Order: sequence, then structure tokens, then C-alpha cells
Amino acid sequence: MSAMQTVESKLDPVDAVYSVVIPAGEPWMRVIHKGQYFRIVDLRGNQAVDTLFYNARDYADRYSAQDTIREQRNIYLTTGTRLISTRGTVLLTIVADTCGRHDTLGGACANESNMVRYAIEKRHMHACRSSFLKAAIDWDRGMEKRDIASNINFFMNVPVTPEGGLTFEDGISEPGKYVEMRAETEVLAMISNCPQLNNPCNAYDPTPVEVLIWNGQGD
Amino acid sequence: MSETPVLWEETVQPGATWSHVLKRGTALRISDIEGGANAGAIFYNFECPVERYNMPDTLKAQHIAHLTAGHVLYSDMGRILCSVTEDTVGWHDPIAGCSNAKLVGARYGDARYQEFRNDCHRNALDSFLVELGKWGLGPRDLVPNVNFFSKVTVAEDGGMHFQPGNSQAGDYVELRAEMNVLTILNTCSHPLDPNPKYQPKAVRLMLRKVPPPAADDVCRISRPENERGFLLTERYFL
Repeated sequence: MSAMQTVESKLDPVDAVYSVVIPAGEPWMRVIHKGQYFRIVDLRGNQAVDTLFYNARDYADRYSAQDTIREQRNIYLTTGTRLISTRGTVLLTIVADTCGRHDTLGGACANESNMVRYAIEKRHMHACRSSFLKAAIDWDRGMEKRDIASNINFFMNVPVTPEGGLTFEDGISEPGKYVEMRAETEVLAMISNCPQLNNPCNAYDPTPVEVLIWNGQGD
Repeated sequence: MSETPVLWEETVQPGATWSHVLKRGTALRISDIEGGANAGAIFYNFECPVERYNMPDTLKAQHIAHLTAGHVLYSDMGRILCSVTEDTVGWHDPIAGCSNAKLVGARYGDARYQEFRNDCHRNALDSFLVELGKWGLGPRDLVPNVNFFSKVTVAEDGGMHFQPGNSQAGDYVELRAEMNVLTILNTCSHPLDPNPKYQPKAVRLMLRKVPPPAADDVCRISRPENERGFLLTERYFL
């Protein structure tokens, strides 16, 4: 693996205007205002934080994994990556990253994909796409399953090989690693803190994460 | 696979768009007529279009970042929309997405219908949205697409590299429909194709009836995940 660059933030959690701990298996949704800084902290290490972003003024304009990776010519997300929507809107820019890289090809777990990947008997196990749907319903603004697009997996390590293979590797994150973004427009964020118990990438132990928000300079 | 009677054939012109409900038990062969074509495509369960092609599920169930014979295209519901039963190319791109008006304008310049008639410049995003609209679907229904005939490799550092010359004249890929699949397709150039000229290529389509997947079908037995995918797809019709 080539050396990954990490970038620390100068923001102090004491100055955050919002913070909350999201337990594993729970969804979380909130509008992040233009200019605000949004940090996700991997409190105990190697947790997958499945995340979707929408233009808060138009949910049809949403984070696009394909547009994001193609426009930067790189499948990994890290400091400097612009998170781009289906209509080419830059929703957020990653401004700090102490993990090094994040996945956006592996998608979110679902009852149905778990049946395919692991065993038919896994249908009952709690999954991210159920959390996303619960969040969309509770948001109560007309969002539904077709709004659950292909997501980002913060802190997850899903390398692609030159031969076109896709592998789920042990995590490269550790307790306290974080990724921080600046909202470039009004953004709706939706998180499922992944409950997956079948994948070694989180050592079969889903753990809590923390999100923090700071106002931008001059606010 | 034994050859079965052709239902019909047609050509999708360069930069054009096409859609059809592929019936379960039929196969669509897409042929690159002169080499260097790109066929962008997205797929929906026609009976319930909120079940649709899911790129991540397709990639992670089969541990792949390319598509070829033996692979299948998964919906978000653990079922198989289409199987790639035949392929003379070896690599089709599932990750790089589609061109849009801004990209096409910046790379090739503007060419309006007023001056260029049906040689006007078209882009894949608008083509998908217009074709989706014909079926009552819209921007919220857009999903990551496949680019048949195109190859994008990923380097160790994550860098994405378009590989020219991936598909030759006469190359083809065949998709067997495992459900009734609304297929939306266009022949706009690949968004990473470095060709500075606007030169999308036509593809030839051939539809025919095919037998149901056998117990030893190459896509079914290629990995245990696909055996479960076929089982769940067959249960859908019980």
C-alpha cells in the first residue's frame, strides 16, 4: 500500500456548536449549513460510518459516488476530495483526515444483500439500509427508498486491485481517527452507523462514533 | 449455450438512447460494430422499479470492480436482474459513471441541434434522464451505471485509468434477463475517453429467447453468493 497522507484539523471540540454520539445500529440526520465544518470521529476504531449527503434545497440533487470518484480520478476519498452530486454540485470538501482514505464503492449493508453475501438465514439481522429508510421516514419530508443512493463508508478499507478485484481488508482506522468536511452549500447529512456483524472489517464489533459541527469562520 | 431464434435486431446510432423491457427468458446481445464503442446502461425491475440495479451490491457480492462472463448484475433486493452469459471483451466498467452536459461541452464544444441536426452533441446523464422520464421515472431514480465495452483500471493509489482499445469491431456481450428488466441504454462516449473529438459509436442489439439458467449455469456456479442470488430470484417468481 502506498503511503497515505493524513491531515489534522485546527478546530477544537470545545468550540463545536453541536456534538452527539451515534451508537452502532442507529441512524442520524441533520442539515449542515454552508460554511460549517462537520467532523466524524471513529471513537473506538475500524467502525464503518455509512453516509449520504443531499443538497438540502433539492433532495434529487444528491451525493454521487461515480461522479465523485471520476471527477477526482481516484476511488478513495481523503483530504481535498470534493463530494460531488449527480448534478455536479460540490456538496462538501474533505478538509482534514487522520485516517487516510475512505471507501465509496462498497455501499451499505441490507437484509437482502446479507442473504446473498453470507447466508439466506441472515435476513433478520439489522442492516444499514433499514436504518437509512427509518431515518428517511422519520425525516417526514417525502424521502423514500429511491432516495437512498450509493453511499460513502467513512473509515472503511475496500481496495480495488489492478486486475479488477474488490477486497474488504482489515480497517486502517484506529480509535480517535476522524474525517472533517466543510459544507460548500446547504447540505442534508444522513448517517447509518453500521450494525454489520458478518464482516471482519470492524472485527465483528460495531461501535459508537461521534459527530461534531463547528460554525465557519466569521459566523 | 445453444443458439436460439432471433426475435429482432436493431442498431442504436452513435450518441443515441434506447430502452426496452427485457423479458425473463430472453437475452440481449450488444455488439460493438466498429470497435471503441461505449454502451452506458441502468436496469430496473419493471414490475416494481424501486427495485433497481445496485452497483455496490454487484461489486461486493462478487468481489469485483469490472464485469465479464460469469458475473451477474444485482438489484438492491438481493436478486439478479441480468446475467453476463457471454462476453468477448473481458472487461466492462461499472464504476466511472456517465458524461454530463458540462463535461461534453468542455471536452468537445457546443454543437446544437439547430446547426448539427442529429449529429448534435449529446451526453449520457441527460440521455438517461430523458429515457427514464418515458417510463415515469425521474432524477431520484437515477443509479450508478455500467459502461459496456469500456475499461477503467484502478492503480494501487486509487487512481483511475481509462484503457483505450478495450473493445474491437465485432466484440459483444450478452445479458440474460433473470427478471422482467427495464433496460435504459445509450451510446454516449465514456466520460474518461481521452479522444478529443466527439465520436460516439453505434452498437448493434440482438434479442433472442434463451433457456432458463441450468443447475450448472456458469453465472450460477461462479461463486456461492450467486447461487444464493439465483435462488432468491427464482423464489420471487414462485
